[in-house]
Amino acid sequence: MAVISPSGTRESPGTPDTPKQSARGRRFRGRGRRWIPYAFLLPALALEVLIHFVPIVLGVAMSGLRVTQYQISHWWDAPFTGLGNFRIVLDFDGPTGKALAQSFFVTLGFTAVVLSGAWIVGMAAALALQRAFRGRGLLRTLFLVPYALPAYTAVITWRFIFQRDNGMLNHLLGQLGLIDSNPFWLIGHNAFWAECVVAIWRMWPFAFLILMAGMQAIPGEVYEASSIDGAGPWRQLQMITLPLLSSVNKVLVLVMFLHTFNDFSTPYILFGGSAPPAGDLISVHIYQSSFATWNFGLGSAMSVLLLLFLTLVSACYLALTRRTGHES
Amino acid sequence: MQRRTRAVALAAAAMLAGAGVTACGGGSSSASGDKTITYWATNQSTSLDADKKILQPEIDKFTQQTGVKVKLEVIPSADLLNRILAATTSGKGPDVLNIGNTWSASLQATGAFVAWDKELLAKVGGESRFLPAALKSTGATGKDPASLPLYTSSYELFYNKKLFKAAGISSPPKTWSEFVADAHKLTKDTNNDGKTDQWGLGLQGASSSFAAHWAFILGTQHGAKVFDGHTPKFDDTGMVDGIDQWLSWIGKDGIVNPSDAEMTDKVALLQNFASGKAGMILAQSSTGKTLGQYKLTTADYGVVPVPAQDPAVAGGTDIGSFVGGINVAVFKNTGNLDGSTQFVKFLTSAKEQVYLNKTYGTLPSVTDAKDPAFDTPTLAVARETLDSRAVPLPQIAEESQFETLVGQAMSSFAAQTATGKQPGKAKIKSEMTAADQKLEAGS
Repeated sequence: MAVISPSGTRESPGTPDTPKQSARGRRFRGRGRRWIPYAFLLPALALEVLIHFVPIVLGVAMSGLRVTQYQISHWWDAPFTGLGNFRIVLDFDGPTGKALAQSFFVTLGFTAVVLSGAWIVGMAAALALQRAFRGRGLLRTLFLVPYALPAYTAVITWRFIFQRDNGMLNHLLGQLGLIDSNPFWLIGHNAFWAECVVAIWRMWPFAFLILMAGMQAIPGEVYEASSIDGAGPWRQLQMITLPLLSSVNKVLVLVMFLHTFNDFSTPYILFGGSAPPAGDLISVHIYQSSFATWNFGLGSAMSVLLLLFLTLVSACYLALTRRTGHES
Repeated sequence: MQRRTRAVALAAAAMLAGAGVTACGGGSSSASGDKTITYWATNQSTSLDADKKILQPEIDKFTQQTGVKVKLEVIPSADLLNRILAATTSGKGPDVLNIGNTWSASLQATGAFVAWDKELLAKVGGESRFLPAALKSTGATGKDPASLPLYTSSYELFYNKKLFKAAGISSPPKTWSEFVADAHKLTKDTNNDGKTDQWGLGLQGASSSFAAHWAFILGTQHGAKVFDGHTPKFDDTGMVDGIDQWLSWIGKDGIVNPSDAEMTDKVALLQNFASGKAGMILAQSSTGKTLGQYKLTTADYGVVPVPAQDPAVAGGTDIGSFVGGINVAVFKNTGNLDGSTQFVKFLTSAKEQVYLNKTYGTLPSVTDAKDPAFDTPTLAVARETLDSRAVPLPQIAEESQFETLVGQAMSSFAAQTATGKQPGKAKIKSEMTAADQKLEAGS
């Protein structure tokens, strides 16, 4: 969007203007031209409101209504229930609330595993490619492939790999003599780990990309100086790389957290629409429980709770990291 | 240079704004005055492309006869319900569409479809033209139909003749105890590597709609009433017994490959049957046509009615199937009701009924569609079942919730059975009670 803000290129105070241009600029810069940058931003703002805020507002509105199949063609006429939907969803003794709570904890575990897994792999890859060597460009491109593949193509391939009888994973494990009988990966408890592996595989190139960009901003002299002082690679990582990456990491962890917690396509495609309890991530759970019972009001209430939770976590995280940032 | 940047920026902004405008304006292909109607057909044959090849020439004929242009879209069956719900919510959808006939009453309740009153029915030849059994699955009893039957089918038992002969089974099973005994004989290790590679029965354990169909059939055989009025009775003893019987095939009886618990699509099931990895499958009539694609003929496989309980369960009803099939409905928001009605008339005409049902291996839903092609063994069994051993799924608005809630619970039971232990009847009952509560929380 930055392209359509003309003030940045033409009217920034730092630009050395010729006297003639500058005089003309002053004449036009009065009240008349102030609105122009905003006018250019308007289409983007309108789209932003349309795409992001309207659905959120509609979702919040729907969460207060009892919307079932009788009203979906005119849902705004559905009877108002106030907090009724939230009461059902948060009643953890009832079947709906119990299932939601279970899905919430599965998602927390999934996020923890995927976040750390993707970060470690991405960091390792970024470190490995930090110094220039022949073939580095090729490897960089190669590492980005999982991130560039369309979600459906990537995940459906994993689904084939994880199949019990004809899947490549069990075949490989069998050839290596690691298993006697074929385990299940798409149903039962292993489904959780299958899902984590796929999500890490999809997510780590993103961590790699951001960390690599961050590392390029660290001047090489710092490393040279430290090696003269006798610091080995491990010490350099601890004392130079990680501290200098901390601001990059702050953003990276938050973005990855939000992405992973909300992940829909991985479980939905991997399990063919019906996630097993061990892999029942919250966004798929909300989708299924609202379509399964045709109760869109309940589904909206769950979505609103999810939104509140993620906002709260993000706010706390930002507040915490900002404070530690000031202290240091 | 700067001028160029600005020009690019302007173009980009204009394009973004333009995209917004077209996004808002799209999707209303059926505005009034525009003769073109949109038709959503469900995937009936082996692929979406194959369906297009079957339907497009027929649609061209219709356009030639009436001048009404039809835009065809074939929808995968797994996406159909979601697509219909989305179309209903937004009010922007097709003009004419296919629905699974078991959802008739549920979708009727959304009010999204045109009701077929006497006057409208007269335009397609009147109520009497349609088969009474098929007409039972077109909407809630006592209301004008919300859809009309297009293709009719039933569940049947398909068995591999060669494997039966090799196992020394002289005649196909008529009761479930014979069925399990025969399946045991078929379940074996054919290449002596210590692993079973041929199984008595193949099933799509992870397909919730398939599972729900069997909850209904076996539950009804055990005397279950799925709904009492509008109150769900999923935890009825008969239903629990029926689900337990289905699960035992995977668990206690051990006649199903546990891997089938992760199977969602029918193609994999048919491949297993065609390659002799499964000796029997329980599938709907159109399967006969699809098996032809695997070079199987009635010399290779036989078709018999779904087995009965033995001994008969007190209070149970001996059914072999529900009335299965695909209906056609007209979307209320159509801008061309007349063209849409003409198109439904065309699809339900005797000639098209013969052609389409012959191609898909299903039964016509009108009395005047007659052809020797419908006398195959598969369809003879289907007709017999529909005549005497089939009831429609409950025609009430909550029906689709039965399919999703109970079906998903059963797929989850199947997974538990395959990965560990078969859930006992008490566990099934408590899950079904939870499903009842979920439905009631939402109504």
